Amino acid sequence: MTIDFGPVLEGFPRLLSGALVTVEVTVAAMLVSAVLGLAVGIVRLDPRRRVLYGAASSYVAFIRGTPLLVQLFILFFGLPQFGILLPATACGILGLGIYSGSYVSEVVRGAIQSIDPGQTEAARSLGMSRAQAMRKVVLPQAFRRMLPPLGNEAIALIKNSALVSLLTIDDVMREGQRIISTSFRALETYLAVALIYFVLTNLANQFLRFLERRMQVEGRR
Amino acid sequence: MISVIGVKKRFGGHEVLKGIDLEVRSSETMVVIGPSGSGKSTLLRCCNCLEVPEEGAVRIGDVTIVEEGVTVPEAQLNAVRAETGMVFQSFNLFPHMTTAENVMCAPMTVRKTPKAEARALALELLAKVGLADKADVYPSTLSGGQKQRAAIARALAMRPKVMLFDEPTSALDPELVGEVLQVMKALAAEGMTMMVVTHEMGFAREVADTVVVMADGRIVEQGPPARIFTDPQEERTRAFLRALVDGHLAQPAAT
Repeated sequence: MTIDFGPVLEGFPRLLSGALVTVEVTVAAMLVSAVLGLAVGIVRLDPRRRVLYGAASSYVAFIRGTPLLVQLFILFFGLPQFGILLPATACGILGLGIYSGSYVSEVVRGAIQSIDPGQTEAARSLGMSRAQAMRKVVLPQAFRRMLPPLGNEAIALIKNSALVSLLTIDDVMREGQRIISTSFRALETYLAVALIYFVLTNLANQFLRFLERRMQVEGRR
Repeated sequence: MISVIGVKKRFGGHEVLKGIDLEVRSSETMVVIGPSGSGKSTLLRCCNCLEVPEEGAVRIGDVTIVEEGVTVPEAQLNAVRAETGMVFQSFNLFPHMTTAENVMCAPMTVRKTPKAEARALALELLAKVGLADKADVYPSTLSGGQKQRAAIARALAMRPKVMLFDEPTSALDPELVGEVLQVMKALAAEGMTMMVVTHEMGFAREVADTVVVMADGRIVEQGPPARIFTDPQEERTRAFLRALVDGHLAQPAAT
């Protein structure tokens, strides 16, 4: 069998529209992940708040301890049994966001704990509340330390998003499979799909590098 | 202004403060000295509840901030802390803010002071501690002495009624100690109420109204510096001062 990129090139506009869906799902999932990760990470700083801490810890343990694909299927195929019928895109975004959030929460917690307690003490000694000290003093410093590991999470999220093709979402993976189903050009098509993912992860990486550099310019330690 | 009544504090099984009573009067400078591990810093940190003593009480002004291990409600404690400046051994400047922003942060956050007003206040205070030209640089570019002076300006920005100094010069190179002590001396001369934990005997001798000698979680002796340094009554005080002389730390610092 010869190599023939003809069908892929012909179907390229469909791959691009799939890529757009991938970007949309990923960006929305990143938002879910960031909000969830920040909240859970902060809750997990203080084991004395038993109920919240317990709930947050169970979430992290369960989500990190089970496959993403199973979680997506629970949302998409499992919940309808209870009459909860979410659109496929919502399942994809929520599933990816919840999954990624469990990792992000550990990044958040680690970064906050790495900030010298003297910073919080100084802020509290000036009369700031716990929340003010966190917002004005600790988080801005912790955020800088979160960036590199958050970059890893962003890239993982982009790649993991290929799984939502199994929830009937027309992302780049699924569009690729459509092209294959009529052309039978699997190698050529999957290479093109891989290239698109590679471009996306690279863009994300560049953007994070840019952010890191910017944050280093103002106020090095 | 500061009343410490029967304060006891333990960390795990170790009792660091074994019943401390003292009183810092308004406009007084009290210097606390003693060997390391004697509980000086812990005592100071109890005075704004960075450490919460299990027994006894601490009163700042007319607010009892902690009594038998129970602190006042959060909001009230924050209000008292806002008026109780603290200067740390390791400065604890906020590295992501410029010097001026460090000073402006608390007034803007806690008192909602408008930015322009906070900036004017910051520049005034930075000028006062000799850092007018360092307002817009980040702390990483400052020397140790400059950092500590900036930290003093930051504490003063809340217009405190009391200042607590926790070994403010211990982390500094010897040649930078003088500039920080100078600023503290000026503050004392203005009538600021100050409680200072330090190893600078020259400063204690010259500036303190009362010197408190601590050892092993208790107050060994207290009195005016003239008496403590020339005619100490207690053997522990004599031993401590003798150790300092042997360690050639007791020469009055040329400040």
